[in-house]
Amino acid sequence: MDETSNNDNIIEQVTTSEYKYGFFTDIETDFAPVGLNEDIIRFISAKKEEPEWMLEFRLKAFRHWQTLEEPNWAHLNYPKINYQDIIYYAAPKKKKQLASLDEVDPELLDTFNKLGISLEEQKMLSGVAVDAVIDSVSVKTTFQDTLAKHGIIFCSFSEAVRNHPDLVRKYMGMVVPYTDNFFAALNSAVFSDGSFCYIPEGVRCPLELSTYFRINAANTGQFERTLIVADKGSYVSYLEGCTAPQRDENQLHAAIVEIIAMDHAEVKYSTVQNWYPGDKEGQGGVYNFVTKRGLCKGVSSKISWTQVETGSAITWKYPSCILQGDNSIGEFYSVAVTNNFQQADTGTKMVHIGKNTRSTIVSKGISAGRSNNSYRGLVRILPRATNARNFSQCDSLLLGDKCGAHTFPYIEAKNETSIIEHEATTSKISEDQLFYCRQRGIDTEKAIGLIVNGYAKEVLNKLPMEFAVEAQKLLAITLEGSVG
Amino acid sequence: MNNSPSIPLEQLLVDQFRAGENKLMAHDSDKVKAIRKEHFQRFLDNGFPSSEMEKWRFTDLEEILDQPFIHELTPEKPPQNIHDIFRCEVHNFQSEIISVFNGWYLSEKTGLQTNSEGVVYGSLSDAKKVMPELFDRFFGQAAHGNDNSFVNINTAMAQDGVFIYVPKGVQAKRTLQIIKMVNHEDPVFVQSRQLVILEENSSLSLIHCDDSINHKPCLINTVTEIYVASNAHLELYKLQNLNNSSALINSTFIRQQEDSAVKTNALTFNCGLIRNNIEVALNGKGAHADVLGLYLMDKQQHIDNQIRVLHNAAHCTSNELFKGILDDEATAVFNGYIYVKKDAQKTEAFQNNKNILLKPTATINSMPFLEIYADDVKCSHGATVGQLDQEAMFYLRQRGISQANARLLLMYAFAADVINAISIEGLRNRIDDMVKKRLRGELSVCETCVLHCGTPEKEYFFDIDLSKL
Repeated sequence: MDETSNNDNIIEQVTTSEYKYGFFTDIETDFAPVGLNEDIIRFISAKKEEPEWMLEFRLKAFRHWQTLEEPNWAHLNYPKINYQDIIYYAAPKKKKQLASLDEVDPELLDTFNKLGISLEEQKMLSGVAVDAVIDSVSVKTTFQDTLAKHGIIFCSFSEAVRNHPDLVRKYMGMVVPYTDNFFAALNSAVFSDGSFCYIPEGVRCPLELSTYFRINAANTGQFERTLIVADKGSYVSYLEGCTAPQRDENQLHAAIVEIIAMDHAEVKYSTVQNWYPGDKEGQGGVYNFVTKRGLCKGVSSKISWTQVETGSAITWKYPSCILQGDNSIGEFYSVAVTNNFQQADTGTKMVHIGKNTRSTIVSKGISAGRSNNSYRGLVRILPRATNARNFSQCDSLLLGDKCGAHTFPYIEAKNETSIIEHEATTSKISEDQLFYCRQRGIDTEKAIGLIVNGYAKEVLNKLPMEFAVEAQKLLAITLEGSVG
Repeated sequence: MNNSPSIPLEQLLVDQFRAGENKLMAHDSDKVKAIRKEHFQRFLDNGFPSSEMEKWRFTDLEEILDQPFIHELTPEKPPQNIHDIFRCEVHNFQSEIISVFNGWYLSEKTGLQTNSEGVVYGSLSDAKKVMPELFDRFFGQAAHGNDNSFVNINTAMAQDGVFIYVPKGVQAKRTLQIIKMVNHEDPVFVQSRQLVILEENSSLSLIHCDDSINHKPCLINTVTEIYVASNAHLELYKLQNLNNSSALINSTFIRQQEDSAVKTNALTFNCGLIRNNIEVALNGKGAHADVLGLYLMDKQQHIDNQIRVLHNAAHCTSNELFKGILDDEATAVFNGYIYVKKDAQKTEAFQNNKNILLKPTATINSMPFLEIYADDVKCSHGATVGQLDQEAMFYLRQRGISQANARLLLMYAFAADVINAISIEGLRNRIDDMVKKRLRGELSVCETCVLHCGTPEKEYFFDIDLSKL
């Protein structure tokens, strides 16, 4: 009896813990007027000193967006978003071109320090090149020189538009055209900045490339755009981490990530997302509507998505792989944790076009509090995809009796030689496992942490070292509660 | 009534309802009238489903609905030899046959009958008159028709069908068999409705056959409501064997109370297009449901199984297994859905869909969904698409069994999981034979009924010398 009440107590604490990254950096911000129309788009484009073709692209996307309706098929429930009530551009005021870290606003550095991911620390300890993005403008790019030596281009999207227009024009919209969906069209119209990465033929990127997105000013949407192109035989591991300060209004985030992998290229994309999920009453939090898609264009190419999703009030996110090249491989590893009133509808799409293409999906959902966590995935085998192979595993763990865990897999097979396996389980933490731990003197809180970590291990193992540590910390914060 | 073929079916039905509303509902109570009118309104609002709707994405009815259907509102005279057609002799298997012809209950006797075991059955239109209280209490309660305008139009307009009532404590040993025949010179739209009520501690096994006897196109829309009271047991076998130009929309709603047990088995052998909507609601503690299905499709046949299992109460268990073999250009859709309501603790729910594709042109769309709002549950689902096991194939070939025979044997073994779950021995053997025949491509449309009475009553074997194994 005591055991049960203690368990309830722990779960209570776990499910009521508050966001630990809520703080607000006061940097002078340059806003666009509220609302969205062609003038705003021209404003953004002008502000960013973009060439004509970029403006044309934005306007085309905007006109298309106006013909679309917001999708409502996801297992999500949120008040209607007023797209005219959002500021579509906010940039920290440009002081001058920054040459060294000293010139960066100390408060900004402080923000990173609070996150435990300071540029310096990153730079010195982990040897990771960080392209830090705060409210849409790339503030600081490090390790440019090292990368330049290998011919790797890693810069903010606006810089790429200025310095590498041919590459941007060639690849932008190739995987996620502006006509793709409602949020992709919106992003294409108003995207503020993001990262661009090009790995030339045969180069194995010596560093793990990393960006940190952070939504800062209140009431601004964050519209990032990332484009990664891995040319023949190259390799890159790319890390993305996101946090947002605590804010009462819901903030809208609609990003696009495009990855293109040529023959024998490999891209590993890892995300840890811990944006503000709203408070215990479900007030506030980030709305996260992201279109992420990779194209395995060349033969034997490989794209691997790993995500740890612990934040956002609403998550709508389906990192996908289009396996076009023969023998190409797509992977998706995901841990999604929802707590309090969070809602997540996340999963992947694996579209098998080429012969002998293979895909693996491992999704681990953890629901607590009054949250709803859905896996939604599509495996599509087209007629040409001879000997395609897919394995999917989607497990859900429920903590507490007021949350929901859902699985919506779609399997479409049009080739008789394909083999598809899908399995999913839903359960709560096993009493036996808890008992076993308790019996050996591990208290319930630690036991839950241990079991959850073990449960998510399969995915966490796929994260690069530096991220794995942070991800585990995040899981701990979300699930261990604030005991003691 | 104007049955001019140029009118689209949707319009025809609306016109018919409006013109004959009072006649259609002449014997209905106010409560039933209100239900029917509401469903008609919903049909009016939504019309027939289109493939733009999420639930109908893979099942396109456009071509079917384009045909110049007629819809009769009065009983049709069956052909002279109808009783020969309905004769059904299956070795070792005795059943009491209830005949339905083009949607109309067919019997010389009028009124409801009570058989020697105490099971009451008869036509739905008679039930309305003889047992009005029971009819009113249950009609249209389970068949909500949300997202399904076929259920709406059936509820609004269905004139006849079968009524079965198993009173408290009646444990029926004899199997009841509903045989539904469709035979019409013109393309015909047929609606029929079943209402099956099992009271406390009763049991029943029921076979529901859908057959066509000619090769004319038809569209059949049947709705079955089944109420299973506490501690009652039901076995329901659906055998579907229609011609390649017919379409069958079959919606079955089962409501289960405490400690009841239901086993349904949908066996689909032949049809142009079949859509099975099966919804099982476990509303009482300790209820159990087995929902099984087997589909063997070829040519351009299309099968769509929409299976919903709703765990509305605690301590319920369910087990879903659908297996299919698809040849030629056949397409199959499986959409399983397990819903566990908040507080439906200690639920155990399993769902499995396995498919074998034999040709590059065959297609499967499998969507096994889980939606869970309780934490103390064990739920799992699985779905596979694949081919026959190459190693097993090699093993058989190595022992001198021809490729064709080895293939048959493996397919048969694949289907065996579902067939072996049939607990009526005579039926199981017959289905077993049918599957073997079907896999050999010998059974397309059977001449008479789905149980294939015309063939000799001997067991059917593969030409495999099993001693080689």
